[in-house]
Amino acid sequence: MIEAKGLTKHYGPKLAVDQLSFSVRPGVVTGFLGPNGSGKSTTMRMIMGLDAPNAGDVTVNGRHYHDLAWPLHEVGALLEAKAIHPGRSARAHLRMLAEANHIALRRVDEVLAIVGLSSVAGQRAGKFSLGMSQRLGIAATLLGDPEVTLFDEPVNGLDPDGIRWVRNLLKGLAREGRTVFVSSHLMSEMALTADEVVIIGRGRLIAQIPIDELLAQSSQRYVRVRSPGIAALKAALERGGAATVLEEDGSLSVRGPDEIAIGELAASIPVVLHELAPQSASLEEAFMELTEDSIEYHGASTTGSVLSSEGVK
Amino acid sequence: MSGTVGTTKDLPPGRYGISGLLRSEWTKLRSLRSTMWTLGITVVLGIGISALATAETRAHWSSMSIGDRLSFDPTSTSLIGVFVGQLTIGVLGVLVMSGEYGSGTIRATFSAAPRRPLVLVAKAAVFGLVALVAAEIVSFLSYFLGQALLGAPATHTTLGSPGALRAVAGSGIYLCLIGLCALGLATIIRHTAGAISAFLGILLVVPIIVRALPTSLANEIERFMPDHIGAAVVSLHMGQYSLAPWTGLVVLCGYAVALLVIGGVLLVRRDA
Repeated sequence: MIEAKGLTKHYGPKLAVDQLSFSVRPGVVTGFLGPNGSGKSTTMRMIMGLDAPNAGDVTVNGRHYHDLAWPLHEVGALLEAKAIHPGRSARAHLRMLAEANHIALRRVDEVLAIVGLSSVAGQRAGKFSLGMSQRLGIAATLLGDPEVTLFDEPVNGLDPDGIRWVRNLLKGLAREGRTVFVSSHLMSEMALTADEVVIIGRGRLIAQIPIDELLAQSSQRYVRVRSPGIAALKAALERGGAATVLEEDGSLSVRGPDEIAIGELAASIPVVLHELAPQSASLEEAFMELTEDSIEYHGASTTGSVLSSEGVK
Repeated sequence: MSGTVGTTKDLPPGRYGISGLLRSEWTKLRSLRSTMWTLGITVVLGIGISALATAETRAHWSSMSIGDRLSFDPTSTSLIGVFVGQLTIGVLGVLVMSGEYGSGTIRATFSAAPRRPLVLVAKAAVFGLVALVAAEIVSFLSYFLGQALLGAPATHTTLGSPGALRAVAGSGIYLCLIGLCALGLATIIRHTAGAISAFLGILLVVPIIVRALPTSLANEIERFMPDHIGAAVVSLHMGQYSLAPWTGLVVLCGYAVALLVIGGVLLVRRDA
């Protein structure tokens, strides 16, 4: 359980996190979404007691991080993948963490095996690829078998195989009843992993909602219809107050009535339907819509899904 | 929620503390090749320079004037490598802390042990002990090798000679304290380049500036400078404007403690 209340942090005159309140409960994967620079990493550092908030409070299992008796047994965090001394081996890095919290040294080899780094355990971390560093960071997160886990952009630098592996890992941790808080600027990634999302923009909370509710809420939800009698159907739908758009491929996008209402209307005309497919707006679009006003660094063109491109800073 | 792990987890009794952190810091220190190299260079260079200086003296002994022969201090000459060793020990003291900031490991360290002053205590203890052992190896081996190289007819001493043991053991302590001062500086400054510059500046540049002051003032200040304290420790002839060897080491210890305390306060105040 992670609880933030009125969390505020500024660096000089720049407000990084602004009156942020949310709670992350155990047993589900909670996504932490926001454009780059929206305060996700800062928030995670405050949870970990690394940065001190200027106002507000954040607790892990009801206590401040500083007051935890055995921090690594209680909380595991992947904050940044490359935060490992390049001259130190993977095993030595984990060993020094284990020793600080009286974790049995055999656990070091266990977590190395879990993340698939056993064969390079003795190699210096400086030679690791970003993906391998991420895996080492995840190994460190699992080291103390913690109840609460935090992952800041865990799939960065991973290949498709690695990404799938992280997704399953996160879901598995949640299934075991742990608290899983994972940040991403990629809505599409969250759609596949998270059960619930905390969305922030410019350091402020935009929404904390279950992911399917986010989709359902989105005004971009529509139904795609194909029919030989599309003109008649279009007219009937518009008379009923629906917004329709005739797409270039000949299909009709209908906003307003759901697929049941459209099907019944078609039957009453009657018009033959070739396709009647409810479309969720992509999560990316839903996310865009929510954070539209809060994107800090607009690219030259913001019409596309800028947020899904890795390079945006 | 299906709490199979989570809330039912058994934690070890008590709380994480200094014993775990000491082991952790020891692992950190010996798991870096750069540490081992720096320590090795300190020992080899320190002993090597001492050997060179004493061998040189021995070679020119017959051509030295009577005055030079009389004022020759075989003990301090054989310990000259200590003043080279202080540079590498200092760099190591800086790296032990700044390396964590440079690589970001400091955040992993503070995640494992959020009580930051305790981490600093463990780090200073482990590094201080390792530095002391390396430094004593340098000073004792330098001394024995130097005295052996000097030999008759050149003046030489034994550990039993008045003040010799103090000079040899003291110079090891001096090196260790210089290393701890560097660790303290690095805790305050956090950046490797900045901390090494500050360290070398205090050790090598500030004395030059002080010497440019009016002599009476310079003499008063100079005795408190680290390099001057070191010179007084290795020398058997006490200078007029020097602190007594042990007094000097206590002052130097005070510098190290002050720097570490300031560093510790900043560790707590600043974001990691």
